[in-house]
Amino acid sequence: MPVYEIAMLIDARGLTCPMPIVKAAQGMRSVQSGDIVEVLATDPGAVPDFEAWARTTGHTLLESSSDASTYRFVIRHK
Amino acid sequence: MTTATIDRPKAVEPQSIERAGPADEAAVATRQLVIISWSGELDRVWPMLILSSTAAASGLQARVFVTFWGLLPFVRDGVRITGENWMQRMLAGIQRPGIDHLKLSKMNFLGMGPWMMRRLSRQYGVASPRELLGAAQALGVEFVPCQMTMDLLGISREDLIDGMGEPAGAATAIGIMTEADASLFI
Repeated sequence: MPVYEIAMLIDARGLTCPMPIVKAAQGMRSVQSGDIVEVLATDPGAVPDFEAWARTTGHTLLESSSDASTYRFVIRHK
Repeated sequence: MTTATIDRPKAVEPQSIERAGPADEAAVATRQLVIISWSGELDRVWPMLILSSTAAASGLQARVFVTFWGLLPFVRDGVRITGENWMQRMLAGIQRPGIDHLKLSKMNFLGMGPWMMRRLSRQYGVASPRELLGAAQALGVEFVPCQMTMDLLGISREDLIDGMGEPAGAATAIGIMTEADASLFI
């Protein structure tokens, strides 16, 4: 798995819809274009939601993976 | 002599809404979501807040036209009774306004339903209406109060939370709905 240079880590573990997306969107506002943001979540609904959110916003979802009960999303700001 | 000018519903021309918009998405034509929020009930206000905040989080311009009972959740904390005459005051007495005092449309059971709903939401990490309203406003969702409802229920601008849009009417609602990419009546 590639190693990314993470500009910001957003911990949305324990939160449910829509807060992982809301927190990710807020984080995206404080990074630059091209920066990479990592989001951790435990809500299984976040998996389809981050794919949809990336399509809507135009940000690139570089990675969507899971480890035990934690989901990890790596997103590059458009 | 000129006729009287009407300066009240000036706010909601689309181009006037610029505050807190996502700067990175501002250039191209931004997609728009409009929600008419008519109900003040917990099980409708909650999804309204989820959808509007998520729309803003997804880079859409999100506007919510708040009308009838939908206005009550936007009454600020500490305002208990609104209005000037006994009917308005009695209505406010029966249906307590404010974001923390929403009733369920079904299974309200004198407040037992909402109480359980709030407990469950805390237990399962679901954001409360208050948190979602804060997030929605921070993301730039604009809540436009219905002027007629304000008059009818005796709710003044000072009774409403900070950050609301200019009060407007049905024509504004129709205007923004017809320009929007999606509109919902909740």
